Amino acid sequence: MPAKNIEHRIIGKATDRIDGPLKVTGQAKYTSDRHLPGMLYAVPVGATIANGTIQSIDDREARALPGVLGIYHRGNIGQIYRVPPDKGFDFKTDEARPPFEDDTVRYYGQFVAVAVAETLEAATDAASRVKVQYQAQTPNVKGRFFEENPKLKVESERGNATEAFTNATAAHKIEQIYSSPAQFHSAIELHGTVADYDGRQLTVYETTQAIGTHRNVIAAMLGLDVQNVKVISKFLGSGFGGKLWPWTHSVLACTLARDLGRPIKLVNTRKAVFHTSGHRPEIEQRIRLSATPQGHLTSIQHDYINHAAMLDKYVETCGEATKYFYSCPNVKISSAVAKRNVGSPTSMRGPGAVPGLFATESALDELAIKLGMDPVQLRIINEPQKDEGLDIPFASRHLLECYKTGAQKFGWDKRNPKVGSMRNNDGLILGWGTAGAGWIAERIPAQASVELGHDGSIKVLCGTQDIGTGTYTILAQIAAEELKVPLDRIEVKLGDTTLPPGPLSGGSMVTGSVIPAVQQAAQTAAKLVLSAAATAPNSPYNGVDEKELDFKDGMVHRKSEDAKAGVPFDQLLKTCKYKVITGKGQSAGTFGGGKPKESRHSYGAHFVEVTWQPETARLRINRVVTVIDAGKILNPKAGRNQIEGSIVMGMGMALFEGGRYESRLGAPINSNFADYVMAVHLDVPDLDVTFLEFANTDLNAYGARGIGEIGLAGFAAATCNAVYHATGVRVRDLPIRIEDLLTSQV
Amino acid sequence: MKLFAYSKQNELQGAVADTASARTAQQGADIRYIAGGTTLIDLMKLNVETPDKLVDITGLPLDKIETTSDGGLCIGAMVRNSDLASHPYVQSHYPVLSQAILSGASAQLRNKATTGGNLLQKTRCVYYRDTAFACNKREPGSGCAAIDGDHRNLAILGTSEHCIASNPSDMNVALMALEAQIVIEGKDGKRIVPIADFYTLPGDTPHIETVLVPGDLITHVIVQGLAPGARSLYLKLRDRASYEFAVSSAAVIVEMHGDTINDARFAMGGIGTKPWRVAEAEQIIKGKRGGADGQATFKAAAARLLQGARPLKENSFKVELAKRCLVHALTTVSS
Ligand SMILES: Cc1cc2nc3c(=O)[nH]c(=O)nc-3n(C[C@H](O)[C@H](O)[C@H](O)COP(=O)(O)OP(=O)(O)OC[C@H]3O[C@@H](n4cnc5c(N)ncnc54)[C@H](O)[C@@H]3O)c2cc1C
Repeated sequence: MPAKNIEHRIIGKATDRIDGPLKVTGQAKYTSDRHLPGMLYAVPVGATIANGTIQSIDDREARALPGVLGIYHRGNIGQIYRVPPDKGFDFKTDEARPPFEDDTVRYYGQFVAVAVAETLEAATDAASRVKVQYQAQTPNVKGRFFEENPKLKVESERGNATEAFTNATAAHKIEQIYSSPAQFHSAIELHGTVADYDGRQLTVYETTQAIGTHRNVIAAMLGLDVQNVKVISKFLGSGFGGKLWPWTHSVLACTLARDLGRPIKLVNTRKAVFHTSGHRPEIEQRIRLSATPQGHLTSIQHDYINHAAMLDKYVETCGEATKYFYSCPNVKISSAVAKRNVGSPTSMRGPGAVPGLFATESALDELAIKLGMDPVQLRIINEPQKDEGLDIPFASRHLLECYKTGAQKFGWDKRNPKVGSMRNNDGLILGWGTAGAGWIAERIPAQASVELGHDGSIKVLCGTQDIGTGTYTILAQIAAEELKVPLDRIEVKLGDTTLPPGPLSGGSMVTGSVIPAVQQAAQTAAKLVLSAAATAPNSPYNGVDEKELDFKDGMVHRKSEDAKAGVPFDQLLKTCKYKVITGKGQSAGTFGGGKPKESRHSYGAHFVEVTWQPETARLRINRVVTVIDAGKILNPKAGRNQIEGSIVMGMGMALFEGGRYESRLGAPINSNFADYVMAVHLDVPDLDVTFLEFANTDLNAYGARGIGEIGLAGFAAATCNAVYHATGVRVRDLPIRIEDLLTSQV
Repeated sequence: MKLFAYSKQNELQGAVADTASARTAQQGADIRYIAGGTTLIDLMKLNVETPDKLVDITGLPLDKIETTSDGGLCIGAMVRNSDLASHPYVQSHYPVLSQAILSGASAQLRNKATTGGNLLQKTRCVYYRDTAFACNKREPGSGCAAIDGDHRNLAILGTSEHCIASNPSDMNVALMALEAQIVIEGKDGKRIVPIADFYTLPGDTPHIETVLVPGDLITHVIVQGLAPGARSLYLKLRDRASYEFAVSSAAVIVEMHGDTINDARFAMGGIGTKPWRVAEAEQIIKGKRGGADGQATFKAAAARLLQGARPLKENSFKVELAKRCLVHALTTVSS
């Protein structure tokens, strides 16, 4: 559908979070804030080897401690079933093995036992006194995957990229390997579960981004009827993908609650989060590009390998954006996984495209330099007219506008391409780099309802969850917009599997998905109220044609009159003896359903300025201009926050973050916030974020798409490109470190 | 995690008496003073320190910063890092000390941390801080996992085949350059130890880090007055801009006569098993020109300071980085 901009009252207005006051006054209940009567504490024991077998577990000392109820391990844990195979998201886990399934340890920190006690202190003490004997073998946590020459599986192919690359002249092609280390989500809120079983019903308070999936998996693994499992996630201290699929801590907590008949609280330590709750895998990518002397791409080859856990097969789909990003006749994308003694990787903000674009957008910069072209110009001439990967038109693509706007704001035309040639007023060397961003724009099935109560309440109900991004507020905005009432009239209920099933919080798809469902629910509720007004015996509008009535500012009124002249809807419901009138809404998904008719993505461009002081080998990001093409922005305040947050995460990805697996022990050795370095406030300069609001109404009537991930895509590449411009050092192995830059001749 | 006894002492002699019966004042002490607790409680949570008894000394009357007759400072051991760094006299007369403290940790930590505790903060070696791994400092004789392991942040100077743990403090680097005196109240009364003699090298006893013995309580740190017009600064290099330990740092103090460096003292952090100072390196630049003209001498001084460095695979870059760090600090302070 063509782009059109509709006037809205509340949609598109910068809006404070409706749950903000709850959060800043400490009233928002997160999972670990739940304290149930009679609750026990569970503390897992993590393996201190990464590869081998458990020989024996001596729990005598631990069990003898006061307040300890038991130590559970393979020998005495209750029945845990496997999750049925499933291609979609309904039963998805990244670590499919039920905890304590066998005596094999396949990664460091794998849970081998769990202590249960009356207090957290007693359980922690007991866990530390469980003595586990191992038969240890050398773990394999090696990187440099291409050195092993693994068999690559072709993911996507058009034309003959190998031939085109071979035939290209050396001056017009590049071949490089890019790597990125394991990156950990490590959300501030630790992964945790409070599980309560009453003999029939299991209630699970969980740190999850997908209450529905969590319910299905737990029901399956515990052998319970899915109707008897309820999952609650009211607030999340962020997830970034690390809380999408159930992890072993939750299975253990629920099993113990089922078998001990008392509520169980299990909150992972920070270390256990690093060990057992997923990460973006370590990745190696090989990029081969060739072009005509004028810069037209003649071939792209993108091969990528990520590490995966021994029993699981997580694939980081790095080539996702490569398929459609540029115009190129010959493209070949292939992948492999490298089995390692690591906990399973999982989706992390922008899985696939984020590491993928780090490699391809770095490579494009290298090609531009080789061809002596401006990197923006190289992108402009390779702009595709359609999605050449799927041979379908783009629904909405404004990447070049992103570059144009960004270049203007940044002052790109003043760039001297010569390495180390630019300085600021403080005498620091400047480096300017740019890169593009792309991320899918899709919808997943969603249901919602809107309830108008005789007490004057207006409730939006949806079984999705707010992972800290502002979903509560967005749903309130949609309902307020559609019902033509002020925002503060709306109450939003999320995060409970007894609500109408809503989308999981992944893939930046919640907002786009819930809009049609909530719109429909709100419109239906309003219509039903009008129809009640027109038909109920006690109604002042009894007998009036429904079409002549309207619902506005919470008043039912004749269209011919001002809203003020009408009757408040709650009064009307009371008079007519309705307790509550409910409108329901539902929308189907677009994701994963075969070849689409149009290619739907969001886009963006980053411009990054770094400063370089060779005397001290000090590199800092000094200025960022980011332009995002993600459709209509429903709440610019929350929207900007998402992009800024992504940029800060991107700074971490580019300059600081990297999980280090101890080569002999296989342990993620920097498994805490002091040793896992990420950006802090002082690292973050002013961030200039612009949204180009081309509202494409394909996905929903507002023309909104997701914005949770797009801002991270391409940022690391833009930084690497800027660093090269400043220092002459091309860093292909993230993060960029002092030791890399010390080789600079600038 | 284990149970421990806790008592609070508001009187010097009582505090000394309370800890005098400890088996050791070094790694693994069964009785420990607790001041800000920002090092100790961390390590207790990790089971790296497992004292039976804590003696809280935050009530001791040691929280004053006083000027001495020679224009120097007498700093009580309980003075919080934030208070010391923001003290007007410290800021005007000892910028190096103020800057060093402010470059470390976070505002919250500095509000808790004390002068005495900072002197005794422990290494950040990941193997020391995790009981699952071998560490001679934590468990003598168990081996050093760091030498062939993850040691990017560890020391290149003062190391032994038993330990390469770095002293992570910023404040202590400044105090080393300032030739601070540590005042200790012990079982046998008071004694004063120059900071240069306070820390010991790991050798084959890396669990012993200082000259402290059971009962020893640091009561004050004395810093002599600097010559009028002396200049000083602290330069800290690290990956991110804040809240990270130094990869390399330099505390430099110079007295200039015109463009000539009359006197100089400097020490470096992030590279040694203790704050690193080499008198011969200082000699090289004395009487020489400062600022941009001093590059060659500064480089020579840096080379001298780093003489004997034993870089390993992951931290070899620190040799070059430390040189740049010192040269830049000396250039800036003498310009
Ligand atoms: C996350 C984090 C980041 C940090 N970053 C930095 C940094 O960048 N730079 C930096 O320099 N530091 C940093 N620190 C360390 C911080 O400066 C120290 O933890 C702090 O200075 C210790 O002081 P305290 O009073 O809390 O010591 P405590 O923890 O109370 O004591 C430490 C030790 O000293 C002993 N002790 C304390 N006072 C006395 C006394 N008067 N006499 C004898 N023994 C005594 C105790 O028994 C204990 O063994 C960081 C710490 C943390 C936790």
